[in-house]
Amino acid sequence: MKCLASLRDIQKRIDSTSKTKQITKAMEMVSASKMSKAEENAKSFVPYSEKIQEVVANIANNNMDVVHPMLEKRDVKKSGYFVITSDRGLAGAYNSGVLKKIYEAIHTKHQSTDEYTIIVVGRVGYEFFRKRGMPVSKSMLGMADQPDFNDIKELASETVQMFADEEIDELTMYYNHYKSAISQVVTSKQILPLTDLADMAGSTGTGNSQYEYEPDQEQILKVLLPQYAESLIYGALLDGKASEHAARMTAMRNATDNANELIDDLTLSYNRARQAAITQEINEIIGGVAALE
Amino acid sequence: MKTLTVSVVTPDGPVLEDGFDMVSCKAENGELGILPGHIPMVAPLTISSVRLKHDDNIKNLAVSGGFLEVRPDNVTILAQTAEKPVDIDVERAEKAKQRAERRLQSKQDDVDFQRAASALKRAMNRLDIAR
Repeated sequence: MKCLASLRDIQKRIDSTSKTKQITKAMEMVSASKMSKAEENAKSFVPYSEKIQEVVANIANNNMDVVHPMLEKRDVKKSGYFVITSDRGLAGAYNSGVLKKIYEAIHTKHQSTDEYTIIVVGRVGYEFFRKRGMPVSKSMLGMADQPDFNDIKELASETVQMFADEEIDELTMYYNHYKSAISQVVTSKQILPLTDLADMAGSTGTGNSQYEYEPDQEQILKVLLPQYAESLIYGALLDGKASEHAARMTAMRNATDNANELIDDLTLSYNRARQAAITQEINEIIGGVAALE
Repeated sequence: MKTLTVSVVTPDGPVLEDGFDMVSCKAENGELGILPGHIPMVAPLTISSVRLKHDDNIKNLAVSGGFLEVRPDNVTILAQTAEKPVDIDVERAEKAKQRAERRLQSKQDDVDFQRAASALKRAMNRLDIAR
């Protein structure tokens, strides 16, 4: 227990903690509203992604011998990693989880920095890789809190173009998948080549609708597949953004709770110290009176 | 009379869903007009306008990077962007047009050239429809 002289110190700490609490509380509420907006964005993207997936799967399903470079698995000389992080911290394990996972994956898979390249969204990730001397070929900083397709379109199509130009031979994406407001899971997902189309076609099971293709399937795939890959990237970004806001909200709620606890403890010690001071004063007065008698 | 259910979907959410008599649009290899009862079809669209006709009303949409999926009684247009005339920011499109033109004039490598060319197309398409 602190001694008497610390009464003012304790009061100071209570004040500063409650100021911090105000900030974390506000951040929690801001994140909560951003999260529900981000969740809505992710939801409004679903019809598009489902439809495009259905059409792509349908084409792949009806015609198994279609050839397109994006469907072909080729020897991997260089891997590409697409990582989604946030621009700001204070989001709990949001960034560290994803960065740890990709860092481990890269170190078990690759010996030298020539074998891979990284495309990163978010300042935290960008600085992480730069500091460790890992190659970042493209990056996007200052992503909006509620991104729309235009914001990511350029980066997504450039990334898909890298694959088309054989600069990279596969593309894997690392991001936080939003399960619920309290649970986000670090996820890795292979985007290119699109090898899971055949399974997808089986699972959607809409093989009965035969389409006429105008002009022909290959032309359509040429337009459709890059769009599909871009839509996957955009989907992950929306997912990641919703996770970011959720993670920040949880982190801030924990901080607020901690601040409350700390304030309670401090208030208790403050009252004790105050009581001790009063007791001592009374003792002194009684002592003084006794000395006079 | 039979109508087609037309839904226009972009990554930023659905733009429109309604019944129409006829859809006309510009696919990669020419104009397409779709009436109810069309056979199932998939076709990529150019950067162009889609015209949706209902009785005597015609609605225009500016689309880019899209394709069209047709079934006998419904049409789905999936596009990276799709805008109604009222939603088009004329000033911004005008600026984008000028920027693209400037870029096209200064000689650059192929990729940038193509990008500028399609930016110009998008801007002009928007301006056409907004007017």
